Amino acid sequence: MERRTIFPGRLLPILLAAPQLLLTAVFFLWPAGQAAWFSTARQDAFGLRSEFVGFENFSDLLTDPLYRESVGRTALFCALVAALSMGVALLLAVFADREIRGRAAYRTLLIWPYAIAPAVAAVLWILVLHPQVGLVGRWLNRHGVAWDYRLRDAQAMSVVVLASAWKQVSYDFIFFLAGLQAIPRTVTEAARMDGARGWRRFRTITLPLLAPTVLFLLVVNLVYAAFDTFGTIQALTGGGPGKATETLVVKVYRDGVVNLDLGSSSAQSVLLMGGVIVLTMLQFRFLGRRRAD
Amino acid sequence: MKRRTLIAGAAALGLASRAQAQTPGARTRVVFWHAMNGALNDEVNRICAEFNAAQAATEVVPVYKGTYPETLTAAIAAWRAGQAPHLVQMYEVGTGSMLAAGPAVKQTWQLIQESGVAIDPNAYIGAVRGYYSLPDGRLASMPFNSSTSVMWLNVDAMERAGLDPAKPPATWPEVVAAAQAVRAKSAAPTACTSAWFPWIQLEQFAAMHDLPYATKANGFEGLDTALLVNAPPFVKQLDRLLAMAKDGTFRYGGRDNAADPLFTSGETAISFNSSGSRGDIAKTAKFRWMEAPLPYDPELTTAPINSIIGGASLWTMTAPGRTSAEYKGVAQFLAHIAQPAQDALWHQNTGYVPVTLAGFEESKRQGYYGKNPGADVPIQQLTRGTVTPNSRGFRLGRMPELRSIAYEEVERALQGQQGAQAALDNVVGRGNRVLREFERANRA
Repeated sequence: MERRTIFPGRLLPILLAAPQLLLTAVFFLWPAGQAAWFSTARQDAFGLRSEFVGFENFSDLLTDPLYRESVGRTALFCALVAALSMGVALLLAVFADREIRGRAAYRTLLIWPYAIAPAVAAVLWILVLHPQVGLVGRWLNRHGVAWDYRLRDAQAMSVVVLASAWKQVSYDFIFFLAGLQAIPRTVTEAARMDGARGWRRFRTITLPLLAPTVLFLLVVNLVYAAFDTFGTIQALTGGGPGKATETLVVKVYRDGVVNLDLGSSSAQSVLLMGGVIVLTMLQFRFLGRRRAD
Repeated sequence: MKRRTLIAGAAALGLASRAQAQTPGARTRVVFWHAMNGALNDEVNRICAEFNAAQAATEVVPVYKGTYPETLTAAIAAWRAGQAPHLVQMYEVGTGSMLAAGPAVKQTWQLIQESGVAIDPNAYIGAVRGYYSLPDGRLASMPFNSSTSVMWLNVDAMERAGLDPAKPPATWPEVVAAAQAVRAKSAAPTACTSAWFPWIQLEQFAAMHDLPYATKANGFEGLDTALLVNAPPFVKQLDRLLAMAKDGTFRYGGRDNAADPLFTSGETAISFNSSGSRGDIAKTAKFRWMEAPLPYDPELTTAPINSIIGGASLWTMTAPGRTSAEYKGVAQFLAHIAQPAQDALWHQNTGYVPVTLAGFEESKRQGYYGKNPGADVPIQQLTRGTVTPNSRGFRLGRMPELRSIAYEEVERALQGQQGAQAALDNVVGRGNRVLREFERANRA
């Protein structure tokens, strides 16, 4: 059932909404509008000479094989982060849902990584995986594995996926646990009575009932991996080696802030903004459906 | 969107400093943005405090703005908002961008002319002056902290390998032979590493061997410059390093200064790195070490000329309503740090090379090199031979991006994804696209 409060007149509702609208205008509409404007111009870093070039920045981007590679790389990165973090979170949630000793402490500890700042998380992972300094990194090298994520593409990708997924496990864990607890015991008990064993019970009963949570988390994880992992990647690898871990957000930063190519960087921002809008719409639609259920 | 926030933030900071600058009755404030952290930050603060104590008219306020690229971005954002600092420290590869900045900067020759403060460009070491001068020799920015790259050697490891530390390898074939000896005797886990790969293995290599890195005198003579770094001598040099990496005598330690710990931990016997890493090595290395000039390729030359510098220079920036008194204060500060005694002190306290010849002489007179053997190697290397258009430095737009491209392609080659020729062809192809973009964006 929906509840609404109807304010009389026009002035009061406008006044009440004004602070939020003002914030949106100053911190979103203005900069986003400027990015859109910059994306149609070619200008030098100091803004001394500006030339309107229409959609040239966009066509340059879309025909640039390096940009397309970055899109593919970002898709792979997002898929890996989402799969890893959700997989691990589901596993942990299933175990935490059982009757075990110290369950509360166990759950609290699992939530910690979520509160860690991306750059700090990256430093922690460097301390573990650095080939000369890191505990695991040194161990791998001593045991004949040529471990150096600063020089090997696949290793670098696995390091940023690991660090990014690790940060997201907590969030997924909370939702999975809540989802699991919302499944009526009677259903699983009935399956047990019918002789369904652990894995079969999980696959045929738990997972379908958990599907809405899985879908919701999938969208959240994809958005997280695509847009929220900049700090972690920047601090861990800076996008290297080569361009092995340069996802779209890292590329926007490199081209705009480091290389000062404002036109191209703005065009990339506009494309990313389109991506965020689509993903957010999907999420809202989905959340709306969940609420309507 | 991140950049917007930066611009807004820089603008806010600038506003704050302006508000203070206009306090009535106060001394003229000169805001100085720099990128020196740690001990170097203390040293910058010392210089400013001394200058402020020595005269009453001007007060220089040093502000640490982060890394070099961050300082560049902040300065640009501040200028666009009309709130640029009076002085900004800009790394050498940002020189091309600053020169294209037109009204945003007041070049040093112009500042000298307008303020009447005497600063003699000829006081500076040729390789330093050349990098920061216009083609006709007028100073565009003020030399400040300069380094060059040298070869660092682990003396203990060399002796274990049966090599004579009194005769460090002078050529690349000798380096290869020494590396083989280190490996054969297991004198160190890996023989060599190199920090700052594009700077040391490509840019320095070009300058020392008097090879053009790019057309139009490395960009000094026009924006329509194109890279030449896929020429045979560079391919041969990269091939040599790739071969060493393959047989395990060369180890890539990452970008910029990420390879530093590979030498100081004793992991490698030879390291090609900035002369500015002397302080760090002296503090952390638990073995005997020495520095020697960068090796050369005897097939290209038997008398290598000067290497180029790294580091940064000071640019004077403009802002609406900035008074001639403020510019004069800037000029006086610059004249202060150019004094031989100041230059020598900065050199000895930081490990950067002296930028003036008199600063070098002063350090010699004080007996600094007697107490610190090898500390004059970088200066000798910088002053060797006559500066040519190929060894003057670089005037390429968006040079930080060109270096990133070189890193990326070399990293791919080191993983065996491409050969030396293909890597350098890609550096040239991708780099030239960047240069054309810069040319189009900066055409008058």
